[in-house]
Amino acid sequence: MRTRTPIRARTRLVAAAATLGLLLTGCSGSGDGDSADGRITLRFQSLAWQDESVAVNKALVKEWNAAHPEVNVEYVQGSWDSVHDQLLTSFEGGEAPDIIHDASDDLADFAYGGYLADLDGLLPDRLKRDIPERSWQTTAFGDGLYGVPFLQEPRVLIANKKILEASGVRIPTVEKPWTWAEFRSAARELTAGEGREPAAGQAEYGVAWPLKDPVSATLNLSRSTGGQLFHRGKDDKVTIKYTEADAEVPAVIRDQVNTDGSASGATLGMGGSDTLPGFFAGRYAMVPLGFSYRQQIIQQAPKGFEWTVLPSPAGADGATQGVSPQTLSVSEDTRHKEEAVAFIDFLLQPSSMVRLARGDWMLPTGTAALADPSLHTEKDGWSTGAALARELRPAPAQSVRGYPEWKDKVATPALQEYYSGAIDRAELEKRLVKDGNLVLARYQR
Amino acid sequence: MSLRTSGPARAGQYLALLCYLVFLGFPFLWLISTAFKPARELGSLHPTWIPDSPTLENFRQAFDEQPLLRAAGNSLTVALSAALIAVVIATPMAYVMARQRGRLATVATGWVVVSQAFPFVLVIIPLFLVLKNLHLINSLFGLVMVYVVWSLPFALWMLVGYVRAVPAELEEAAAVDGAGRLRTLVSVTAPLLAPGIVATAMFAFITAWNEFFFALVLLKTPEKQTLPVILTHFLGAEGVADLGPLAAAAFLATIPSLVIFAVIQRRITGGMLAGAVKT
Repeated sequence: MRTRTPIRARTRLVAAAATLGLLLTGCSGSGDGDSADGRITLRFQSLAWQDESVAVNKALVKEWNAAHPEVNVEYVQGSWDSVHDQLLTSFEGGEAPDIIHDASDDLADFAYGGYLADLDGLLPDRLKRDIPERSWQTTAFGDGLYGVPFLQEPRVLIANKKILEASGVRIPTVEKPWTWAEFRSAARELTAGEGREPAAGQAEYGVAWPLKDPVSATLNLSRSTGGQLFHRGKDDKVTIKYTEADAEVPAVIRDQVNTDGSASGATLGMGGSDTLPGFFAGRYAMVPLGFSYRQQIIQQAPKGFEWTVLPSPAGADGATQGVSPQTLSVSEDTRHKEEAVAFIDFLLQPSSMVRLARGDWMLPTGTAALADPSLHTEKDGWSTGAALARELRPAPAQSVRGYPEWKDKVATPALQEYYSGAIDRAELEKRLVKDGNLVLARYQR
Repeated sequence: MSLRTSGPARAGQYLALLCYLVFLGFPFLWLISTAFKPARELGSLHPTWIPDSPTLENFRQAFDEQPLLRAAGNSLTVALSAALIAVVIATPMAYVMARQRGRLATVATGWVVVSQAFPFVLVIIPLFLVLKNLHLINSLFGLVMVYVVWSLPFALWMLVGYVRAVPAELEEAAAVDGAGRLRTLVSVTAPLLAPGIVATAMFAFITAWNEFFFALVLLKTPEKQTLPVILTHFLGAEGVADLGPLAAAAFLATIPSLVIFAVIQRRITGGMLAGAVKT
């Protein structure tokens, strides 16, 4: 029998143990909170992810730290992809960041759950006055104010300029946007039809609706027709009602796909980025997208490709849209709420807000920042977006508890089936209202 | 019974194997292709496998924007430690469970199976609180412990199978030849078990290397974040992604796993029969 020498085996064992010891050296955690000299450390979790945006955030943190040696802010990068679960776990464990970047439609459960500090009495007057009331409504839950809304984006129509101009259709402006009926008619005129050679001023499809996540797009655009969907009663309980005003925008989209053939059915399951190759290739004349998608378009569009930003269609309530702004909140557990709010105030000074907005290709909520000339240039559609800012209102589902579950389990599949033509309006209404109210009821007992 | 296969059947087998390899390899090849494409090619309606104008810009951007090397170092530390500890703990446990057939072994095996049924969302908050009480939040050591605990049941399950595959008669034969218990374990069982131990270590390594959510929740400071967490920094809201740098970083993140597989797989097959034959 061939045997291995015990010495060799022992040597390996010792080596493995030594390696493990070395590997774990320096792995221990660091404490948090205040240092011995009384210096305060605050953790700021930012969800900025685009290069320019991260750079601006880091630069502002650096400027704060240089000017405020007694309150050190530590920049921590989070991720939009998993922020809700990560925050929930951190709140439960009492280890949440002190200053939290998130979106207003993600705050309801945290605010009602007591995890976020009520900022109402802490915010400086300058900031309160600078941000319009309609934006503050997005972070007001119950009697408290649980975040500072600071960046937002309208949904716009990004159009192929050459096709649009050659088509002869009236080009909408912020002052005179298309009505939904005009939009439907224009999309028909811009459509050559599947498999047909497009004439001048036409694409294979007039429009491509990227509706992988159809709920927020539908609800927010339906505000233009007076859609509200969620109705709060005197007992403060929310119920769902599907009215004519709620049904108008979904009906236009469904008809474009299934009746007119002016919208591609293939893009219904796509995200916004997925439609861009077809848009660049001239397959779609228009794509409804968030305002910040302009950055991707600039990066990826082939040389010589001309595009323009148009306002979304208007309805009975004008060009109003629902929006869920990005927010900055303070953890209820932090012992330094005043310092955290002071940092937020520093971060949201008008000049800084402009830098943050440009870094994220979005619009600032602050009135002073929004007036900055750099946000009103024709180039890259900034002026169209900035002019639409006054039309932005809180998204309908903003403060509804149980909305995430309703969205995932009820509304997303129901709207997807409706848009593809698999179910009719009656079935859509039944699911959104009957099934939806059962979900909401569980959260409002 | 003849083990020979007819020509057409063999061709069919190879065809099926080829299809399977293409199925497995497609996402990875697409990842490589994307990593070397400039932004304008990523927006093309007719994407090509071979980039028209290959570029390293995505790699430059990925390294400029995120601390990939530091994160890779953290991932390597955590994954190697977790794999090593899991194997050190699981090997003797598996040997006992495989060789000592009694009620306790049955109960232990059942517990291993049941423990696999808990989704991580169920355990993450209690786990977070336990680690907080042990002052192991924001600690790579804490994360290693979590990964060891997380991969241990399956590692144990795998190793029990490997131990059972080693005939007890070989150990009895060694005993007849005068070998003691320890000598039998070291000279007979261990070499035969080596491929299984290596495979188990690889499983534990890959599990820890790829794991995202525990790392996201348990590590607070950027200096300690691991690669999967860093990769999500290339993702924006509503599924928007910085695709080129993301593909470049993801491609780099797969290289250590590929290297480890390539190096170790030969040893697995090489070690299969080592020590089984008396010389």
